[in-house]
Amino acid sequence: MNIHEYQGKELLRRYGVATPRGVACFSVEEAVKAAETLGGKVWVVKAQIHAGGRGKGGGVKVAKSLEEVRRHAGAILGMRLITHQTGPEGRIVKRLLIEEGADIQKELYLGMVVDRASERVVLMASAEGGVDIEEVAARTPEKIHKVAIDPIRGLEEAQGAALARQIGLPEASVAEASRLMQALYQAFDETDCALAEINPLILTGQGAIVALDAKLNFDPNALYRHPDIVALRDLDEEDPAEIAASKFDLSYISLDGDIGCLVNGAGLAMATMDIIKLYGGSPANFLDVGGGATTEKVTEAFKLMLMNPNLRAILVNIFGGIMKCDVIALGIVAAARVVSLNVPLVVRLEGTNVALGKQILAESGLPIISAANMAEAAERVVAAAQGGSPASGKATARGTP
Amino acid sequence: MSILIDRTTKVITQGITGKTGQFHTRLCRDYGEGRSCFVAGVNPKKAGEDFEGIPIYASVREARQATGATVSVIYVPPPFAAAAIDEAVEAGLELVICITEGIPVRDMLRTRYQMQGKKTRLIGPNCPGLITPDELKIGIMPGHIHKKGRIGVVSRSGTLTYEAVGQLMEQGLGQSSCVGIGGDPISGLKHIDIMQLFNEDPDTDAVIMVGEIGGDAEETCARWVKEHMVKPVVGFIAGVSAPAGKRMGHAGAIISGGKGTAQEKLAVMEACGIKVTRNPAEMGKLLKTVL
Repeated sequence: MNIHEYQGKELLRRYGVATPRGVACFSVEEAVKAAETLGGKVWVVKAQIHAGGRGKGGGVKVAKSLEEVRRHAGAILGMRLITHQTGPEGRIVKRLLIEEGADIQKELYLGMVVDRASERVVLMASAEGGVDIEEVAARTPEKIHKVAIDPIRGLEEAQGAALARQIGLPEASVAEASRLMQALYQAFDETDCALAEINPLILTGQGAIVALDAKLNFDPNALYRHPDIVALRDLDEEDPAEIAASKFDLSYISLDGDIGCLVNGAGLAMATMDIIKLYGGSPANFLDVGGGATTEKVTEAFKLMLMNPNLRAILVNIFGGIMKCDVIALGIVAAARVVSLNVPLVVRLEGTNVALGKQILAESGLPIISAANMAEAAERVVAAAQGGSPASGKATARGTP
Repeated sequence: MSILIDRTTKVITQGITGKTGQFHTRLCRDYGEGRSCFVAGVNPKKAGEDFEGIPIYASVREARQATGATVSVIYVPPPFAAAAIDEAVEAGLELVICITEGIPVRDMLRTRYQMQGKKTRLIGPNCPGLITPDELKIGIMPGHIHKKGRIGVVSRSGTLTYEAVGQLMEQGLGQSSCVGIGGDPISGLKHIDIMQLFNEDPDTDAVIMVGEIGGDAEETCARWVKEHMVKPVVGFIAGVSAPAGKRMGHAGAIISGGKGTAQEKLAVMEACGIKVTRNPAEMGKLLKTVL
């Protein structure tokens, strides 16, 4: 789960990470008032969306007067901000962060991730801050310095200090930088972060170390022990279909294509998307109904897929294990009664109670195209999608990746 | 022969009294030689009772001492599952299979840290378990789709493993053992560990390796295969069509920072002499061609 920059900074401040003073705002008037309250001569107006690359997209502006704060806030609030992380449709900006200006001497990078290979949280630092760190990692990996953190002892002061020196911080600022890194790790550990990024971390003219940005992502499996963080969830930043899916414990991700997929199991769901692509089609979604799918869940899954105006066909691919094929078949029949199924449906059933499942579908009278295996299923659904017209009749020209 | 488990294995079930634990313990007990393999359950509040004849003990240590069991399977809910693994490790078990899905990464980091230097092997979490067909099934996979044979299967996902097994059966090929190592980022045995065991198993002739996006466990395994594997290996990686930055169901299945793509994994596997297919419907056929 992601949170906004201003929320991330609030959280980090509680652990002792220095940040500029700032106020979150939802209107132009609030923004101007916030700048007034903050005082000073320079402010930064920052769009709050859950995506990086905001500066390049025009979502971060420096203001040198209250009038400029008003103008920038007016321009950014409500804008459709497109960055390399939002996709071509961008995000509508609904929140702003008004911050005091900072005296930037040097821009650095700090990141924290869970490293699978070493089974440790790894702290990464680079003297190349403020830029796309993925590019730095790809082009000049030697410029990213790393330290693996012992889960019991935590980040030790000497480790932080060594890292601070490696990224070229002056000796007078090393201790402060190390303390900030320790605070960041404590926050990361105690709040079950999956990823934390401060880009840029700055060295000010006075030698202070300040987090100018904060990007935090939390482990969804651990949210049950952090109701305060769950409260920060901003549904405006999430896909409506994915929000609806999460209510029914369905794992759903919207994609650009036109063939809906309903599958049991994440691996098989990915493989189903892959084979659709291999046969010249394009998947409209990833959807794992899980091992305990009920009639209700299958119905909701169909509703979700049919929300997509680009949908041209649906492929159901089930390998019944504990999940029985007859239960899925009954779910499909029940769903077809509730929702109007206006696109071709291809079904491939295999595994536990497969004969019974097929019989239920055959006797339902539904116009189902059945398939004996994955390859046949993919071939048939791609043909059906190419032959049919989209669910809503208004096909848009969204490309596939 | 087989790897990790066979008809002589003695198993403790942690979480035997929960709904999931009961359901799967029944199915496992009724499969192959399960009746003589599932010898104990654990629940501190129900010690002295039994589940359909399987005695329940207060702790893993007690269960082990009373029955001589060396393996446990865990169905404990996510908030308590890492502690259940810790208990099994402390009790000195040889193998722990954690089925539980949804354990916080932070808990697993600590559990794996505490496992350092201990002899216990962990499979999972968030995995279907493992099966040695016609002998013993420990986990949630459907037993009836398997048959004893000489092909090894190792995979990160559940139903995709069943798909691979189903395709082997269409080719008339049975399995020596099938291991689902799980879809979490921090987990126990990796592809490479299972591959080593299959390499040493005299009753395994060839291996299907199924992977998915995220991490670099498949690449690590592939490099080992190139140097050491004396048996043919075929592979498939799920997620060629998955977008970057999206978690595809499994916590571990995510392309982040441009790393962990299916294309990259397939390329490394091919370069290491593993025959790969980009078509998930052709895993079984491909395996047949290398025998």
